[in-house]
Amino acid sequence: MSPKHSKSNDVNPILTILYDKTFRSVVYQILVFGGVFLLGWYLVSNTLANLRAQDIATGFGFLDREAAFGISESVIAYSADDSYGRALLVGITNTLKVASIGIVLATILGTIIGIATVSKNWLLRFIGVTYIETFRNIPVLLQLIFWYAVITRGLPGLRSALNPIEGVFLSNRGLYIPVMANHPAWTWVGVGFIAGIAGAFFLRRWSLKRLEATGHIFPHLSVGLGIIVAVPFLVWLVFGAPTEMNVPKIDTFNFQGGARMSPEFTALLLGLTLYTTTYIAEVVRSGIQSVPYGQTEAATSLGLRSSWIMRLIVLPQALRVIIPPLTNQYLNLTKNSSLAVAIGYPDLVSVSNTTMNQTGQAVEGVAIFMTVYLSISLLVSLFMNWYNKRMSLVER
Amino acid sequence: MTETTNRARPVSGPVVNRSLRWMKENLFSTPLNAAITLFCIYIIWSVLDVLVSWAVINASFGAAKEACETATGACWAYVHDMWRFLLFGTYPSELHWRPLVAMIMLTSGMLLSMNRRFWSPWLAVAWIVGFIAVYFVLRGGILGLTPVRTAQWGGLTLTLVLAVVGIAFAAPLALLLALGRRSDMPLIKVVCIVVIEVFRGVPLISVLFMASVMFPLFLPEGVSIDVLLRAQIGIIFFQAAYLAEVFRGGMQAIPKGQYEAADSLGLNYWQKTFKIILPQALRLVIPPTMSTFISLFKDTSLVVIIGLFDLLAATRAAVNDPMWRQQFVEAYLFIALIYFCFCFFMSRYSAYLDNDLKKSTSH
Repeated sequence: MSPKHSKSNDVNPILTILYDKTFRSVVYQILVFGGVFLLGWYLVSNTLANLRAQDIATGFGFLDREAAFGISESVIAYSADDSYGRALLVGITNTLKVASIGIVLATILGTIIGIATVSKNWLLRFIGVTYIETFRNIPVLLQLIFWYAVITRGLPGLRSALNPIEGVFLSNRGLYIPVMANHPAWTWVGVGFIAGIAGAFFLRRWSLKRLEATGHIFPHLSVGLGIIVAVPFLVWLVFGAPTEMNVPKIDTFNFQGGARMSPEFTALLLGLTLYTTTYIAEVVRSGIQSVPYGQTEAATSLGLRSSWIMRLIVLPQALRVIIPPLTNQYLNLTKNSSLAVAIGYPDLVSVSNTTMNQTGQAVEGVAIFMTVYLSISLLVSLFMNWYNKRMSLVER
Repeated sequence: MTETTNRARPVSGPVVNRSLRWMKENLFSTPLNAAITLFCIYIIWSVLDVLVSWAVINASFGAAKEACETATGACWAYVHDMWRFLLFGTYPSELHWRPLVAMIMLTSGMLLSMNRRFWSPWLAVAWIVGFIAVYFVLRGGILGLTPVRTAQWGGLTLTLVLAVVGIAFAAPLALLLALGRRSDMPLIKVVCIVVIEVFRGVPLISVLFMASVMFPLFLPEGVSIDVLLRAQIGIIFFQAAYLAEVFRGGMQAIPKGQYEAADSLGLNYWQKTFKIILPQALRLVIPPTMSTFISLFKDTSLVVIIGLFDLLAATRAAVNDPMWRQQFVEAYLFIALIYFCFCFFMSRYSAYLDNDLKKSTSH
């Protein structure tokens, strides 16, 4: 050290500590964490005091009590005599129902429009881009409320219901479509379908293993699809091929028979699908554009067939880009389904809202639906991390 | 991809030839392509047919409601009748100049801030002064202005206030959260991660419910915070959590060498962050940042669920007027157009800014 520096050794030891990085970091952390802790403690103690003052019960005991309110539609059996817990479960299943159907529809539509926006045809690109720009720049809540108004105010009533196809009725009471009549065969056809999927899955594993071991190619994709179609069809034949339909008819006061999609559900599904489609289309477009054309050229020069190029070269690379934002969009759709409360579809938030109004236990009510959404999000992000690890480039 | 290849080809000949060649290449290159083109023309034509005949040909443009009874299309008298209500909500009608001034201040402030020439620390000061001015113009109570309660603020005015204040406060909060999440101090990091992940994991509605139903329970007796402010804070935190992840993505993309270079120059943490890292990082994330702002703008419509009277709520109330029950299509389309204009403009600006910055930094 130079003599100049030795002078600075005389500085106040307190200042040295104050300028020490570790010391500062510890102080900052204590300050922030202490602040957060104190704030939390203050809020919690206030809440407890308020609840005591307003004589509101705490805890989740209310879940076992009788709900005493009706729910207009539910996937699982429910009546007003059931408990609050059961009512909330109905809400969760309703949320999952609209979210899962919406995800399937939005994925199909989004893929089509996403491909349209990279088409060589200028007009098709134009339509795709116009659709995306229009529907993504209008708030989804406005779209939901609009579709709901169209169905309940714009569509005709029971007597003059629109009948675009034989057996399909569209009116301000919702959409009625014909379904297959009740028959034990249909349960087994469903079981057969699942068994077919499982069969196709194992076939794929076996064929990939054989490919690696012997180099023989087995067309597992077409054979697998065949299994998925053939197994339920055979089951249907075994049960005597029932074809009886349950067709909706206009009765004196209401529709009879058929399957009903309520105006709330239809509006929610339509709005969520059309809105999320725009985001999925963008995801698909960027995924396709992320694979350089050189990849296709290289694969062609290796002599691969064009269907294989798509499946083995382009798709795996595009999917790596597509899947993470796509799952994000699925999550968004699920979270946006909570807007159902604005048009009266009994989803989780709307049922919790009723529960909160009846019991006054706002803290527990909000806590329940926040926990449900948080766990869905965390589960999906766990899956995403697993997927990313599996799909990420393995570099040497 | 196709666009660039088409443009790269030398084009010659008169305009007609050129456009014919363009059409041949882009619309009729193969039989399949030609079929797609015809199909597209059919779709566009049928959509336009419905829209134009409803909105223009069969519509009635008169200001009187009577004219609508004969028209089979749109009834624009409705919008003529309602626009003040949609713009200002239930704000006292003799004082409508005040929300108008507030809206002009907010939009002109936004437009000015979009110009890169004005980007300086003074802009933040100007915004804070501007917000205080907007607040007092709307609320009154000083300089002889009649006081107006926040419950009476409404319509597009409220939407703009929620959106602009939301953007202005969400961005700095997001920056702090993102820096906190990247910090070396474990406790601060944990706090930031929890805040970000919780807000990102739940729907905005639940945050708003918390602000409207649960929050009053958090405060000691006798203390109450205006519901508008509570909703505004909820929106700010919610969007800040998303924005924090966007910013963090940008910071992660900055090579480690930049941090090391700043350290070796002897810059302290804040100098390093504000002079070296952020200018580069934020530039990288302009498109996702702007799309978060657009989401924020659209999501302000959710306050209708907790009973605030924004543009959407005003429209909803207007179409429940028994006199105009069938005119909901005109009303909703009109405000859809308003939302669309703002959001579309923001997304165009995002693209322009992104390009402009790329141009000015490329060598």
